[in-house]
Amino acid sequence: MRYIVKKILSCIITLFIVSLLVFVAFALIPGDPALSRLGTNATESALISLRHQMGLDQPMAVRYFKWLVGALRGDFGMSYSYSMSVTSMIADKLPITLTLMLYSMVLMVIISVPLGVYASYKEGTVIDRIIQIINQIIMAIPPFFSGILITLLFGVTLKLFTPGGFVSINRDPVRFFGFMFFPALAIALPKSAMVLNLLYSSLNGEKKKDYVRTAYSRGNRSKQVFFSHMLKNASIPTITFLGMALADMIAGSIIIEQVFGIPGLGRILLTSIQNRDYPVVIAIIMLIACVVIISNLLVDIIYRLVDPRVE
Amino acid sequence: MKKNKKKNFNLILGTVLLAITLIPAFVGLFWTPYDPEAMNSSLKLAGVGIRHIYGCDNFGRDIFSRIMAGSGITLLVAVGTVAFGSIIGTAIGAFTGYFGGIVDEALMRINDVALAFPSLLLALVMVSLLGTGKYQVMLALGIAFVPSYARIVRSEYIRIKNLDYVKAAKLAGASNLRIMFVHILPNTKTVLLSSVMIGFNNAILAEAGLSFLGIGVQPPDASLGRMLSEAQAYMFSNPGYVLFAGCTIVMIILGFSLISKEIR
Repeated sequence: MRYIVKKILSCIITLFIVSLLVFVAFALIPGDPALSRLGTNATESALISLRHQMGLDQPMAVRYFKWLVGALRGDFGMSYSYSMSVTSMIADKLPITLTLMLYSMVLMVIISVPLGVYASYKEGTVIDRIIQIINQIIMAIPPFFSGILITLLFGVTLKLFTPGGFVSINRDPVRFFGFMFFPALAIALPKSAMVLNLLYSSLNGEKKKDYVRTAYSRGNRSKQVFFSHMLKNASIPTITFLGMALADMIAGSIIIEQVFGIPGLGRILLTSIQNRDYPVVIAIIMLIACVVIISNLLVDIIYRLVDPRVE
Repeated sequence: MKKNKKKNFNLILGTVLLAITLIPAFVGLFWTPYDPEAMNSSLKLAGVGIRHIYGCDNFGRDIFSRIMAGSGITLLVAVGTVAFGSIIGTAIGAFTGYFGGIVDEALMRINDVALAFPSLLLALVMVSLLGTGKYQVMLALGIAFVPSYARIVRSEYIRIKNLDYVKAAKLAGASNLRIMFVHILPNTKTVLLSSVMIGFNNAILAEAGLSFLGIGVQPPDASLGRMLSEAQAYMFSNPGYVLFAGCTIVMIILGFSLISKEIR
């Protein structure tokens, strides 16, 4: 329990450092947001009043403190390009991206774990070789290309879904999850290849350990040794990797959203980067940072539950 | 014997894949069959043929020439990224690992935070700070790659600095800089080499990702990722372009990973 409290505290400190770095980095970019919003023809007095209104005339420390207090209450300020609050711009997009991320996580585990275990169980056979070759190829496919291939195969050729035909979850939950299956698969496939590879090699590594030999010599059947002794030990590195994969998946979803035309965080982030709409960019980066840090925290906790020796 | 055969097979396959993709890319730096930018409205979306072996895109530009030129830019960005990331990362890792202390603590804390983020996201942040374009992408990705090299090199330095030969060099009066870069650095080469290989693949993937999102390499430069995003718009009428550009990326990455797997 003390461990978890300590971990949570260090996560809060990390988030604080990230927010400081991100805020300062974006505040130091050359260029005047007020000028870019009003155009070069703007009068000096209009610029001064807009800068005052946007809070740009205050020192950076004050601006950061105000931003931080607002952010803690869920208010990330106003967008530069649109006269809307950042929070209302991203509020309905965040669930879409998070759903996509979790969906692909589930698919990844469903695909990789059984196949990895099966390939290791059948080590040296033809099936094992085939799985390894396909795996090696899939690992080399970038996620956006797997998205394009899936669109071509399932969308255009097999007509299992309409490319670009995103349906919001409020309109039709069944069609929403039906549509999201394909982008989630596109994110999950290359990552599952990596998980499969990792699980496979750590299972094969366990086979040579003394405790396995002991288990056999005590008369256990091979299936029993494999599933109840080795799998548990081999799963530890895989769990660590799953946590890192979760962080990668949010990056993957930003790209895949563009391939499948999903109106999630990715699209807003890209348009905001192109429009130099920094309050929106900062807010999205901080949200992603939260997701990444929370998923790392969860992994640490699970890791400790699986392997109590970890200090 | 059997193991050796398998090893050779992977090496040969990797070399063949790289030859198919890299030789046209190098040739493409000096010569392409057609001007990759030359438009020809009569050849709009022409299919695979003898004169244009991969067909033409929506402006009637020869896809094969574009892929040749595009792979060149993709590789150039990858080389620049890995060079920047590994040199700066090695320098930081060497100093923090060798000297330790408060600077080491502080830098490694920041490093841990940076490593927790997917490198594509770090690159996105960097691109929004630096702007888009070929050199900005190199710098952005290079910075995003620094933490991983710093971490690897640092742990090597920590391991090696207490070995006897380093103590002997110190007693012989070698300066700290000399020990760091003449005595220790050559011994990190195995670790460094394999991470440079992996880094090269990651750089190709990251550049392709950024350019695919439209915030990487900008026209008139065309990288493979940029071409994929252009081609995606009309993949229903001419899927060839998407497939050729995508398969080139897959072949480069597969080739490098097969070879680096065997070298290790």
